Amino acid sequence: APAPLAGHLTVFALAVVIGFYVIGNVHHALHTPLMSVTNAISGIIVVAALLQIGSGNALVMGLSGAAVLLTTINIAGGFAVTRRMLSMFSRS
Amino acid sequence: MTAQTLTTAAYLIAALLFLASLAGLAKHETARTGVRTGIAGMTIALVATVAANLDSGATGLIVLVVALVIGAAIGLWRAKVVEMTGMPELIALMHSFVGLAAVLVGWNGYLDVDAEAGLTGALLGVHHAEVVIGVFIGAVTFTGSVIAYLKLSARINSSPLTLPGRHALNLGALVVFAALTVVFVIEPAVWVLGAVTLIALLLGLHLVASIGGGDMPVVVSMLNSYSGWAAAAAGFLLSNDLLIITGALVGSSGAYLSYIMCKAMNRSFISVIAGGFGAPAPSG
Repeated sequence: APAPLAGHLTVFALAVVIGFYVIGNVHHALHTPLMSVTNAISGIIVVAALLQIGSGNALVMGLSGAAVLLTTINIAGGFAVTRRMLSMFSRS
Repeated sequence: MTAQTLTTAAYLIAALLFLASLAGLAKHETARTGVRTGIAGMTIALVATVAANLDSGATGLIVLVVALVIGAAIGLWRAKVVEMTGMPELIALMHSFVGLAAVLVGWNGYLDVDAEAGLTGALLGVHHAEVVIGVFIGAVTFTGSVIAYLKLSARINSSPLTLPGRHALNLGALVVFAALTVVFVIEPAVWVLGAVTLIALLLGLHLVASIGGGDMPVVVSMLNSYSGWAAAAAGFLLSNDLLIITGALVGSSGAYLSYIMCKAMNRSFISVIAGGFGAPAPSG
């Protein structure tokens, strides 16, 4: 395999393993907040769209602009919703 | 320190903050801190990426800022007005955005000729494979999430759709996808990428349509995992370790969470993700 791919695969494999361990023993009531926070974090794909937006190609710029808009809804909404959910817990 | 080093350092810190955020969300005492850690990580990632792109031209920057501001405003507004009972469907809807964004990023990877500059031989082949895989995962996540959203919000019937030979249909879609990937790596063409996109959109639609409404929480969690894999695929495409790490974290933790949820509901994990595979799925 080409050298850069091998490096990326190493990083990928290690992160997959850590992902399994990090949420072990999650409390039952926290399933939905955990889901919505990972949802917000998966909005990280915005970085990919941001990196493509500077392309000279107008079509690519338009598509990545749309992608940035969509993922930002996801990020802002995801974190805000999680905060709201957690604030319900403290009152009960 | 060069700008490149600074960006790399910022990405590493962001990745660690995301990791801490997920860990924090596993316990009540640390859950709130976990959310703050996640927001901090996202802010660092965004600032670092935008700062590294300041030289990308005025038009690009205007598009970028407008998209960021409108997106953030819509997101905060939706999160504020949503009913607590409508939470799962909002999450499902937001997964579809990540899926669609992954499709767009993949298409851009193909359309943007600069992205291929300097790539030859095996590296070019790897690049094209990454485009196809990213588009495929993204498209499945997109339509799957839209169907999950429609089922959860009771806009469509939530009983499982049982087409004759549905498992053969799913398997067939995967086989055609594999074949088209090979074609695209050897001879990239717009129609091949278009065909992959279409097949993946239909597969996502069918996969979730054939799962009953009672299993939707697990499906939403599974789609969450898919959206993580889609982000990781985009990371491979753009050689971006932050995307690879974060995508893999979300992907595997999402899959594990789905498994935990299945066990809590006494449902078979395989039967839920494969659309009632092997066992008749009671809709409940």
